[in-house]
Amino acid sequence: MNTFLEFINENLQLLYILILAIFIGFELIKNVPTVLHTPLMSGANALSGVVIVGAILVMLQSNPNDYLALSLGFIAVVLGIINVVGGFAVTDRMLQMFKKKK
Amino acid sequence: MSITLSIIYLIATVTFVVGLKMLGHPETAKKGNLISALGMGLAIVGTIFLAEKEVPLIIYILIGLALAVGGIIGWIIAIKVEMTKMPELVSLFNGFGGASALLIGLVEFNKNIGVPIADKASASIITTIIAAIIIGSITFTGSLVAWAKLNGSLKDIRFPKYNLINNILFIGLVAFGTYIVLMNTDSAILMYSLLAASLVYGFLFVVPIGGADMPVVISLLNSLTGIAAAITGILYDNMVMLVGGILVGSAGLILTFAMCKAMNRSLASVIFGAFGAGSNAAEGSGGTIGGTVKKTTASDSAVLLNYSSKVVIVPGYGLAVAQAQHVIHELEELLTSRGVDVKYAIHPVAGRMPGHMNVLLAESNVDYGKLIEMDDINPQFPNTDVVLVVGANDVVNPAAHNDPSSPIYGMPILDVENAKHIIVNKRSMKPGYAGIENELFYNQKTNMLFGDAKQALTDLVAELKNM
Repeated sequence: MNTFLEFINENLQLLYILILAIFIGFELIKNVPTVLHTPLMSGANALSGVVIVGAILVMLQSNPNDYLALSLGFIAVVLGIINVVGGFAVTDRMLQMFKKKK
Repeated sequence: MSITLSIIYLIATVTFVVGLKMLGHPETAKKGNLISALGMGLAIVGTIFLAEKEVPLIIYILIGLALAVGGIIGWIIAIKVEMTKMPELVSLFNGFGGASALLIGLVEFNKNIGVPIADKASASIITTIIAAIIIGSITFTGSLVAWAKLNGSLKDIRFPKYNLINNILFIGLVAFGTYIVLMNTDSAILMYSLLAASLVYGFLFVVPIGGADMPVVISLLNSLTGIAAAITGILYDNMVMLVGGILVGSAGLILTFAMCKAMNRSLASVIFGAFGAGSNAAEGSGGTIGGTVKKTTASDSAVLLNYSSKVVIVPGYGLAVAQAQHVIHELEELLTSRGVDVKYAIHPVAGRMPGHMNVLLAESNVDYGKLIEMDDINPQFPNTDVVLVVGANDVVNPAAHNDPSSPIYGMPILDVENAKHIIVNKRSMKPGYAGIENELFYNQKTNMLFGDAKQALTDLVAELKNM
């Protein structure tokens, strides 16, 4: 229980942001038409690639002799950037198709 | 963190919110996607070049190499993929994001090994690390399984009592994670066991889920990756990761609930798997639907379509598999030019991911004004002369209305049986993805047009042109 309270106390500001962000997420997506569900999902998927920032931080903070951390970080950056670039590019391609009919 | 970097992260966060908002409207969607991408690029570049401490050159080189390799791979995949393969692709990318989060968790846990007690990470940091490892692993193997199942290389596997096993494993995972945190242990063995158990759970969690539940699972996994990203954000006290991740998490959750609603199923029954049990029972009773099936030919169907005034096309995943989205558009244009009113009825879970049919039909230039959502098209079926069902099955199965023992009972469907005539194109009498029989095929008004969707529609178009 103490651990839990300590956790809340340490991260109070984070928790505020967390809760507000959850509501924003809900509100943003609530009324999206079915037509856009697939691009939306793939766009959101690209956004979750933001984890790459953490992967880069891992590499930046690694000791150059710490091969394990460096190689894990390396793989994390590769996978993360695939998610980001691939996700945004494919979403763009999809939305292009919706557009050209007009 | 330098003030410049903080400002960059702030800007990136705003682009994520604005971009996501714009993605929700057809006119602004493309711009919204680009805005988010720009913000992401900014955050990445900022993170690299505005690092607080001195970083050896070799590490910069490695980061650049990783970005180049991954960026090129991602780009090539995105450019080459066929639109029918979109659900697989989203799952695959999603799995990569999850893997990235889990690797970060591993490195951070390792940092804590062998550190004197006084310098050890606090319990809250260990909690986030453990959570990142668990959620990252589940999304990683879960998404890979979803990917393999969607591209057909992995079938549904149901172990005896898999529900019970999965649920026990899940509770075990949580307990195990809690134990590591409370003991404040830095045992690498425990951490790797937790990692292995989470990976196994991700596999077992998705592998039995079949049938119409696939869109739900994809969207749930998507949401989980966002949560994993947010957790690593907490770890680094990094707002752009936290907010970006949470936005994806809650947006994914909304979509998941929308999908569940479209199938009249609770999220719990998808995750904890009531579906498998139900469909097993249905397979037993499924064979009892009797009656004869009326076959029809392309020329008869063409005549029927040509002399109707209102036609509704119901596309399903079979259309995507056969790559028939272009032919169906040709058919639609041909009929329209003969004065027939043609609409498409889009079920919310048609295809293998939410909105999949819309993307495919957009690819072949179908005007999206002609794509009608379920609630709007259902009242129109009684005035419809012919319904043409192409490669759809479960979403038009009347068992959802009138067979309480059916696993899809209660799922909202397209009420095509109210139309005057029904033409169903299917390759064979094989049941659909949910593995259940469809009494619609035995309906008096139904004519079955057997054959590959592309071939059958091409024949239909040829017949129509001759008339």
